[in-house]
Amino acid sequence: MARVLIVAEHDGQSLNPGTAKCVSCARTFETSAIDIAVLAGDGGAVAAQAAALAGVTGVIRVDHPANESALAAVAAPQICELASDYTHVFGPSTTFGKDLMPRVAALLGVGQLSDIMSAEGAWRFKRPFYAGNAILTVEAPQDRPVVATVRTASYQAAESTGKAPIREHAVDAALPAHTRFIETRSDSGGGRPDLQTAACVVSGGRGVGSKENFELIYRLADKLGAAVGASRAAVDSGYAGNELQVGQTGKIIAPQLYVAVGISGAIQHLTGIKDAGVIVAINTDAEAPLFEVADIGLVADLFAAVPELIEALGG
Amino acid sequence: MTAINTILVPLKRVVDANVRVRVKPDGSGMALDGVKMSINPFDEIALEEALRIRERGEAEEIVVATIGAQVCTQQLRGGLAMGADRAILVEVGRELEPLTVARTLLALVQREDSQLVIMGKQAIDGDNNQTGQMLAALWGRPQATFASHLRFNGGVATAMREVDAGLEVIEVDLPAVVTTDLRLNEPRYTKLPDILKAKKKPLETVTLDQLNVEPETQFQVLGIEPPAQRPRGVKVGNVDELVQALRQKELI
Ligand SMILES: Cc1cc2nc3c(=O)[nH]c(=O)nc-3n(C[C@H](O)[C@H](O)[C@H](O)COP(=O)(O)OP(=O)(O)OC[C@H]3O[C@@H](n4cnc5c(N)ncnc54)[C@H](O)[C@@H]3O)c2cc1C
Ligand SMILES: Nc1ncnc2c1ncn2[C@@H]1O[C@H](COP(=O)(O)O)[C@@H](O)[C@H]1O
Repeated sequence: MARVLIVAEHDGQSLNPGTAKCVSCARTFETSAIDIAVLAGDGGAVAAQAAALAGVTGVIRVDHPANESALAAVAAPQICELASDYTHVFGPSTTFGKDLMPRVAALLGVGQLSDIMSAEGAWRFKRPFYAGNAILTVEAPQDRPVVATVRTASYQAAESTGKAPIREHAVDAALPAHTRFIETRSDSGGGRPDLQTAACVVSGGRGVGSKENFELIYRLADKLGAAVGASRAAVDSGYAGNELQVGQTGKIIAPQLYVAVGISGAIQHLTGIKDAGVIVAINTDAEAPLFEVADIGLVADLFAAVPELIEALGG
Repeated sequence: MTAINTILVPLKRVVDANVRVRVKPDGSGMALDGVKMSINPFDEIALEEALRIRERGEAEEIVVATIGAQVCTQQLRGGLAMGADRAILVEVGRELEPLTVARTLLALVQREDSQLVIMGKQAIDGDNNQTGQMLAALWGRPQATFASHLRFNGGVATAMREVDAGLEVIEVDLPAVVTTDLRLNEPRYTKLPDILKAKKKPLETVTLDQLNVEPETQFQVLGIEPPAQRPRGVKVGNVDELVQALRQKELI
């Protein structure tokens, strides 16, 4: 029977929700183990959160100074060392998982599946490709480990109702020194919800016109308690940070409500929002492709409509 | 002496990013007949970066390589027209899985004694986002994925990476693999004289056999289907109606 190892994504203090979504994916097929590996400088807090996820059978805590920051080249040999006890090794399809999992797979001498959106049994999976224009069903061989990333927008996070045992593991693998973490720079957030997990997202596109005008997007988002997103054009033009890009080559999200303002709806953008509950589009161009997928469309100038909407939502 | 003699830039021939592709009605694959094909956009960014590195005098030579059918020479010529020095086609009749592509690229890296591979983070057809990371693993070398800024100091590269939290800076020793993100640069346009010049640049064809690579197919494709369609929505006339519609759906 399948034994699944999930690589935890975290920032040293808290577990990223992507990890709990990998657990949910593993819970959709028959398993005899769903374990989580926590690689950290000091993984105490994160391991406890991982152990609490429903369905998890065990947590392996791998504390090492080299694990202080997540580097794929450093983590991959450690994951490979643990992988021999498992039939599956999963990570989230976040930049963390996309960086790490192919490296793990290649070290194990196997291929990797990207963006599992559903499992039909332990060795049969569906994944999107061609910017979500097609869904592929593939079967993985049973004689070698299945290494995969899980499309986080396809799963709800497992609840925190469990209490799995935590064991410690000392690193044996030789760790490379050829890759060094320098720093992280992020200026977004400002107390706003996380784009990948928010129930509501307001995104701005090229139509917003400038970084200053993008304030309007932030104001509407704050009114709705929403996270902020952006199209590629808005990011390329410097209106918003790269971490806000939604789409095929940015973040794939599934909020309950998605409000697209001044975004045309290129296929690369649409693939990032397909799983949203309700899509609202505000655009001056009635022919904009976004209206083809929007549940509620408003053909209007955003500079009139958005302030009015903020007003209507009350003080 | 520069630190880098040869930069290898793998180019994949993919359906053009502006084409809306569909699944064939019989589900046997994608309807690609007569569709415009291009160099994968991320690979163009990779080549542009390599050209800039060479123009700064930090590298000697740029080799572009494709693993695919004979028609892929179109994209290799495109790469030569952009400014690459020579091209290699590894001729293969079918789509290979990323692990085999990575093994093939490793064979090329060793054959060309390359110190730097710059490639796309993702091919926009398969959307795998794997090959660069796999190549780095097989090579036992660093990977700087999703790069939006890249600088060299002797044998060390400093890369800014686009990650979910924002930007991350890492330092890697050469040789290394870099994969590109959208903001790394804006690729140049090729001019007609460059296209003519490219016709005279060397383009070599090799086989997997010659590179000692055994192609391996691990995943069995059981089917391809179109994605679920979203039901058609409604248009509202003004902001009040929008607010009402949102209230009705209990979203506000
Ligand atoms: C390799 C590759 C990867 C890509 N990845 C992504 C990705 O991950 N995510 C992504 O988003 N894109 C991606 N793209 C880009 C994508 O193809 C589009 O170019 C991009 O999404 C367009 O952004 P936009 O809708 O903001 O801009 P535009 O297409 O220029 O649309 C702007 C819209 O604003 C409207 N508008 C203008 N003024 C107003 C106003 N006053 N009020 C209301 N509406 C107004 C216009 O009618 C128009 O519809 C990718 C492209 C490539 C080639
Ligand atoms: N057949 C191929 N020929 C040349 N390069 C390729 C090929 N397949 C993938 N690549 C390279 O690997 C990158 C990532 O592709 P992928 O992992 O398939 O998303 C691409 O941007 C290319 O640089």
